[in-house]
Amino acid sequence: MKEPTVRVQKIKKDTIKTRLIFFGALALALLLCSVFCEHLTPYDPYVQDLKNAKAPPSLEHLFGTDRYGRDMLSRVIVGSRTSIFSTLLLVGIVTALGTMVGVFCGWHGKWIDTVLMRISDMFLAFPGLVFAMAVAGVLGGGLQNAIIALVAISWPKYARIARSQTLAQKETPYLKAARLSGSGTWKIIFKHILPNIIGPILVTSMLDIGTMMMELAGLSFLGLGAKPPTAEWGSMMSDARSLLSSVPWVTLAPGFAIFISVMIFNLLGDTIRDYADPKSGGR
Amino acid sequence: MRSPYRITHAAFLTSPPGGYFIKIFLKKAKKYPPPGLPLWLGIAYNFTVRFGYLCKVGENNVRKYVIQRLIQLIPVLIGITFLSFAMMRMAGSDAITEMYGDKGAVAQEVIDAKRAELGLDKPFVQQYFSWLGGMLTGDMGKSYVSGRDVFKTFTSKLPATLLLTALSILMTIVISIPLGVLAAVRHDKLTDYLLRFLSFIGNSLPNFFVAMLLMELLAIKLGWLPVISNGTTVKSAIMPTLTLAIAMSAKYMRQVRATVLEELNKDYVTGAQARGVRSRVILWRSVLKSSMLTIITLLALSIGSLLGGTAIIESIFMWDGVGKLAVDAITMRDYPLIQSYVVWMAIIYVLVNLITDLLYHALDPRIRLGVSEG
Amino acid sequence: MSEILRYEHVDISYNGVKVIKDVSFTVSEGEILGIVGESGSGKSTLIKAAMGLLGDTGLVTRGDIWYKGKNLPDLSAGELRKLNGPELGMIFQYAGSSFCPIRTVGAQLYESMTEHFDMPREHFFARALDMLEKIGFENGQRILDSYPFELSGGMQQRVGIAAAMLLNPSVLLADEPTSALDVSVQKQVVEEMLLVRRSFGTSIVLVTHNIGVIGAMVDKVLVMKNGEMVEYGETQQVLNNPKEDYTRLLMSAVPKLKR
Repeated sequence: MKEPTVRVQKIKKDTIKTRLIFFGALALALLLCSVFCEHLTPYDPYVQDLKNAKAPPSLEHLFGTDRYGRDMLSRVIVGSRTSIFSTLLLVGIVTALGTMVGVFCGWHGKWIDTVLMRISDMFLAFPGLVFAMAVAGVLGGGLQNAIIALVAISWPKYARIARSQTLAQKETPYLKAARLSGSGTWKIIFKHILPNIIGPILVTSMLDIGTMMMELAGLSFLGLGAKPPTAEWGSMMSDARSLLSSVPWVTLAPGFAIFISVMIFNLLGDTIRDYADPKSGGR
Repeated sequence: MRSPYRITHAAFLTSPPGGYFIKIFLKKAKKYPPPGLPLWLGIAYNFTVRFGYLCKVGENNVRKYVIQRLIQLIPVLIGITFLSFAMMRMAGSDAITEMYGDKGAVAQEVIDAKRAELGLDKPFVQQYFSWLGGMLTGDMGKSYVSGRDVFKTFTSKLPATLLLTALSILMTIVISIPLGVLAAVRHDKLTDYLLRFLSFIGNSLPNFFVAMLLMELLAIKLGWLPVISNGTTVKSAIMPTLTLAIAMSAKYMRQVRATVLEELNKDYVTGAQARGVRSRVILWRSVLKSSMLTIITLLALSIGSLLGGTAIIESIFMWDGVGKLAVDAITMRDYPLIQSYVVWMAIIYVLVNLITDLLYHALDPRIRLGVSEG
Repeated sequence: MSEILRYEHVDISYNGVKVIKDVSFTVSEGEILGIVGESGSGKSTLIKAAMGLLGDTGLVTRGDIWYKGKNLPDLSAGELRKLNGPELGMIFQYAGSSFCPIRTVGAQLYESMTEHFDMPREHFFARALDMLEKIGFENGQRILDSYPFELSGGMQQRVGIAAAMLLNPSVLLADEPTSALDVSVQKQVVEEMLLVRRSFGTSIVLVTHNIGVIGAMVDKVLVMKNGEMVEYGETQQVLNNPKEDYTRLLMSAVPKLKR
């Protein structure tokens, strides 16, 4: 009798842990750069040197200089403080606020839930950036106001997730047991509910970092966020907009800085999502 | 028995002038499009008939749903307008401070007189209702800066923005649906990786950066297109459309891919394979048809971010639409203009979402026939 | 009786993990083979392999599946596609979900027919109504105009049988066709499968964990455990006189009903 045929199967390796470590490390590097940015700059980013204005990239000035002769590399590095750090701050505030509201609504229920959820409906009814622009416009420019504006449009999403998760948790037998055994509200919320619902919320916020960074930069670009001379990538680009064809590096450097940071955070967010929910399989 | 073709109030509300047409149309409508129509007309026919059936008596649950959705709309609209109104008031400055603020020495009597004239001395809620009344009748006050009628200015610029939005959506559909489907079909193959990589890049590029790169490349280096738009022409529309479509396609392509991939993993695909149906046929007839429901919804949801995105792009390319108007108004602190922009954009957004939702219901037999899955 | 389907030393792996180890059996014309085993023993995988339904990650890594002189795992997707339907038919555990939920049953049956045979619409619908009547549906036209979710579980299962039999396959592979049904409906479905064999002479491979169904309709039994075959032989012999401990265990797990 004939020998049974043997076929070779291609095996798909699971690279998710490697990816997680790799993008995590890159993101951490960006974060460290934004924290210690003052110590990393080769020149003072705010000192003007008009003799050396609009110098093209060279060994001395890797990214060239802007029209006031400021070193672009230093400005981009310092800009990471405003851009990355404020984005993370923004995401942190939104996550905390949204989660608090959502857990409160889900736990308390009754009329407070209805009222808060209708309010979040209203916020969701606005196209996000339009509303943020209006808020920033009304409050006046400035990074702080831009952050407030973005918090105002983003919290309902988190509140919704936290609320539905809390409601689901509330129905689980172990939580009913905890309530019956007389644990206090705060203890239940912090010891039982939060640890169980924080996963999906954190994944959502990781996925949002990139978008938020771009929106914040967009507001700054419109003059509604950080104002010059503060080094912020969005406003730096807007500032040098008219010089794009003659001095391209002044816009390209912050542009690519945004692009690369957003990309890293997007990739990290995606990987974390895949890690948390393997079923979503590289979507 | 009530006539099955009676049009409900809901139908009148959704399309006041169209109601009678639907009524007449439905009387003659048949389930299948008449033979001999070109494909797209057939599809249009199908949509119209189904939407019409939605509004007619007989499919009670759907009718209820439509009415329910319209009723739900009322508090949302009130909320939107109230929020916009309150926000501008909270800003701490009103028309008067804007008008006289810089000049410093204006007699208090003059200010008070002006206040009374504009109704700013009345209580907050009363101000809101008179403002709301004005808004509904098309009287949204005058611009602080130009002194022109806000509503007229707004409506004169709206078509340009709607055109830009429509073009971008069209381009997004043309780019992202085929590519998204392709990526899903070639799941985990080279094509898929390449397309995903491209969409990652598109997703991480801020639209103002894309705008500047395109401007540099297409207008300055190659000189094919005008740098800033000179009127609402096709040529000046290309770059803003492209910019908006790139960012939107990148995001949307991923969603299309995920949706199609999810459908491809459903049991009915295996079922059709077991009956020996060619994969091409499964894809076109079943998978894409099922995916379209989700894809349409996702597209409508992304219109929100598009409406916000138009503002930045319009002001970069000097496209003369409401987005640029709003950005200018924000820099000038021209509150009536900002207000009308926010309110109308929100209303447009809400209406788009409503229409999508109804369309979804009209297209999905599970919901149309009132059967819940499970 | 000549044999029609033969598995020879079949191994199946999913992404490098072997789930079926060295399984061999044969099915003759008009014969009903039952494959039993607990959940996760690889019963369904075994029959899906014949139709190439293992998905992207599954592969027959060793062995051959012979059907009418063709080695199924070595056929291209296109060739296999032509066999699926008119040669090999399948009934799923949830036949309802093997149809696209937003298209009518009739449209999908017509589609699978035209994929294999050139047939005018009227001709097909006459035939479909005839088949549905045989399966015991009084109002066939209503079934054809329905969406899958409008039918009850038992109806879906019987429509699944009708869908497979419309293409008149030589071998019908049934993947737990009765497991999701009420006992009374189970009986109906079993009877319809027996009817199919009587009227068309179709061979049936029936995957189930229901020993009662095995006793009622199966000629030969294959007992599976953890992807390996434990016992294989004539039904009466295996049921009355099991050789292996595992088979005995499986038998004793069946609740006995006194009449």
